Amino acid sequence: MSTQHTERREDTVAAPSRFPLREIVLFGALLVAVLGVYAVMGTAYSTRMLVEAACYAILALGLTIQWGYAGQFNAGVMGFVALGGFCTMFLSVPLNDAFWATELPGELGRALLYVAAAILVVYGATKLDRLGVPKRLRTLIAIVLAVVLYLVVISMLRGVTGEIQSRAGFIGGLGLPAWSGWIVGGALAGGLGYFIGRICLGLRSDYLAIATLGIAEIIKAFLKNSDWLTRGTATVSPLPWPTPGPSTLGFTLARAAYLSLTAVMIAVIFFLLHRAYHAPWGRMIRAIRDNEISAAAMGKDINRRRLEIFVLGCILMGIGGGALASFNSIFDPNGYLPLNHTFLVLVMVILGGPGNNLGTIFGAVAVYIIWLMSEPLALFLMHGAAAIGEGWFGWEPPGNLDSRALQARVFVIGLLITLVLRFAPQGLLPEKVRHHG
Amino acid sequence: MNELVFFINNVIVAGSVTGSIYAIGAIGVTLIFSIMRFAHFAHADMMTFGTFMVLLLTLAFPGAGGAVGLPTPIVMLPLAMVLTALLAVGIDKAFYKPLRAHGVKPIVMVIASLGVTLMLQGVIRLFAGTGSQNLYLAGERKEIYRLDVPFEMAARPIIVTEPQVILFLLTIVCVVGLHLFLNRTRLGKAMRAMSDNPDLARASGINTNHIVAVTWVIAGGLAAIAGTLLSLDVTFKPDLSFFLLLPIFAAAIVGGVGHPYGAIAGGFVVGFAETLAVFNWTVLLRPVQHLFPAWLEIPRNLAFVGTEYKIVVPFFILVAILVWRPTGLFKGKVI
Repeated sequence: MSTQHTERREDTVAAPSRFPLREIVLFGALLVAVLGVYAVMGTAYSTRMLVEAACYAILALGLTIQWGYAGQFNAGVMGFVALGGFCTMFLSVPLNDAFWATELPGELGRALLYVAAAILVVYGATKLDRLGVPKRLRTLIAIVLAVVLYLVVISMLRGVTGEIQSRAGFIGGLGLPAWSGWIVGGALAGGLGYFIGRICLGLRSDYLAIATLGIAEIIKAFLKNSDWLTRGTATVSPLPWPTPGPSTLGFTLARAAYLSLTAVMIAVIFFLLHRAYHAPWGRMIRAIRDNEISAAAMGKDINRRRLEIFVLGCILMGIGGGALASFNSIFDPNGYLPLNHTFLVLVMVILGGPGNNLGTIFGAVAVYIIWLMSEPLALFLMHGAAAIGEGWFGWEPPGNLDSRALQARVFVIGLLITLVLRFAPQGLLPEKVRHHG
Repeated sequence: MNELVFFINNVIVAGSVTGSIYAIGAIGVTLIFSIMRFAHFAHADMMTFGTFMVLLLTLAFPGAGGAVGLPTPIVMLPLAMVLTALLAVGIDKAFYKPLRAHGVKPIVMVIASLGVTLMLQGVIRLFAGTGSQNLYLAGERKEIYRLDVPFEMAARPIIVTEPQVILFLLTIVCVVGLHLFLNRTRLGKAMRAMSDNPDLARASGINTNHIVAVTWVIAGGLAAIAGTLLSLDVTFKPDLSFFLLLPIFAAAIVGGVGHPYGAIAGGFVVGFAETLAVFNWTVLLRPVQHLFPAWLEIPRNLAFVGTEYKIVVPFFILVAILVWRPTGLFKGKVI
């Protein structure tokens, strides 16, 4: 036991000054892998892969702030991504004249005004105790008012939205540039994060995971079923790009332009996060993560800092979701899956190195490449197994073999999460904790 | 009167069914929480696994139910419970125990259980496919009991199906059995002691590893029951996972985490809230419409939420309880 104090542990003391061998080896391997993909799959496909990986890197940076910096586990990345995608769709798709030329916008506006008025009335009712109404009576009045007004408003909204859906299809977009959608998407995701964070961050960390998991499914259900707003399963496409599209530049060049845009975004985010991490604010965040009680004893406002971190991560997820939706040029609410948009991001972060931005970006690109390559591999293995089973044992493979084969990837992702947590909880590029003195 | 029968069929019966299922699921979640102090996200998939085992066993022995006069899946349920309990213990040994030994934070256990969720999902869907399947195979039919209401004006009967009756009976058996187990047996008392204070329990000679294994056996068995009865009531859907998880957690938190009786109450609260929220209240209001003033027109659809937004209900309950009473209705021990 006594040797522990005298021994200078290399991984913790003065780590930033050592030669970054591990980083160079890992990024070198990543470069080789990317070049390999370029050689085999062609430039257009590979550039597309890199753009998507870059968008995922933004999501992963958002999650690494929450999980790596502050130890908050967000199990509903998908919801924030979908929200960012929706905002991008709503702002950037051209105006729908079939909607705007009729009296429907006015009716929708009136219904929304009623919603706002109902909210104000209920809010006012919750403040009745200031006027001397007993608290129990106030609560009763507020609840009854809320229920009745909710029913009135929701039936009004149902009428208007049904009308929109049958006469105009959907309300269309606002015809603004794509980047404005990203910003609004980030803001909306941040606002939602604030709401969730306010409720859950003061409680046990498990509750945040449960609540985010729930809100993600709710957002997806809302986007999928609000045909008047998002066309639901009919999907909206094409979404405009912020950079010149493939029709003017050709596939490879247009994607390369998009890639440089996302790369610039990542660079900016990376720089800002790097500064924040090494600023006193970042130290405070880590102190709270590592020992909440002593941080509180130092007078740090724990819940407020946690809320900041959570909202910041959610904003990044919204922006990343917007960039992803713009690039895919299609908004499909059914395309948002917990596996692709929550757990894949989680694997990127915990494999790359939670709390280490460079490691997170490495994890994002590496895991995304593996993820894409594993699809043909799973299909190949499954068909091979089916052929063997058929030839040797006379086993008749079921019809939906392909959709089943892809489920094997779900298993691998799950196994990867448990194994990394068990054997390499720090990730491939661990967070460098600087110890002074 | 017909409207009232409609209400009973759609709210009382349906609410009791979903409530019982959530209650049985929530007992497992809350037991795991009180012993191991983490929210077990793989619980819904353990339910699916149990159902899948029942499906396989029913396929293997199609005629077994006819011999005893019960549906075959019910006859196969005990075996599936044993298999699910074994799976639960195995998962704990392979994935959770090493992490516990490392002394990780509870949230890391939560992430590990999400990893286990994905593994179970992958395996089940790899073998069962992603479509829904009926558990009633080999020509067996769902018995439907129509109870005539002894009133002149009611033309429609109250409808209860056979699996629903079995579900109610099994829920009562589970609740009473759990009560006796926790209060009368040595093992149950040891479990309660460990949930109160693990260190003290260990110090007084309780084998905590043993208790952990017993918890997993109970949770796995209950998960198999809940999943199978849910699938008997509707169909076996391998992709239900996250849609079951939220109501079950909501039930456990409403009842106070770590509080088995609270979990039962919470299950029924959430189940009834769901059915009440999707119920179209116009049906009940229409017969009394002549009592309202003429300008008040009742819309055709007066449900709080559409069935497609059912998942909003447990979330809303969860948020409300976390805001107003984070310890749950029955004051759970740990938050």
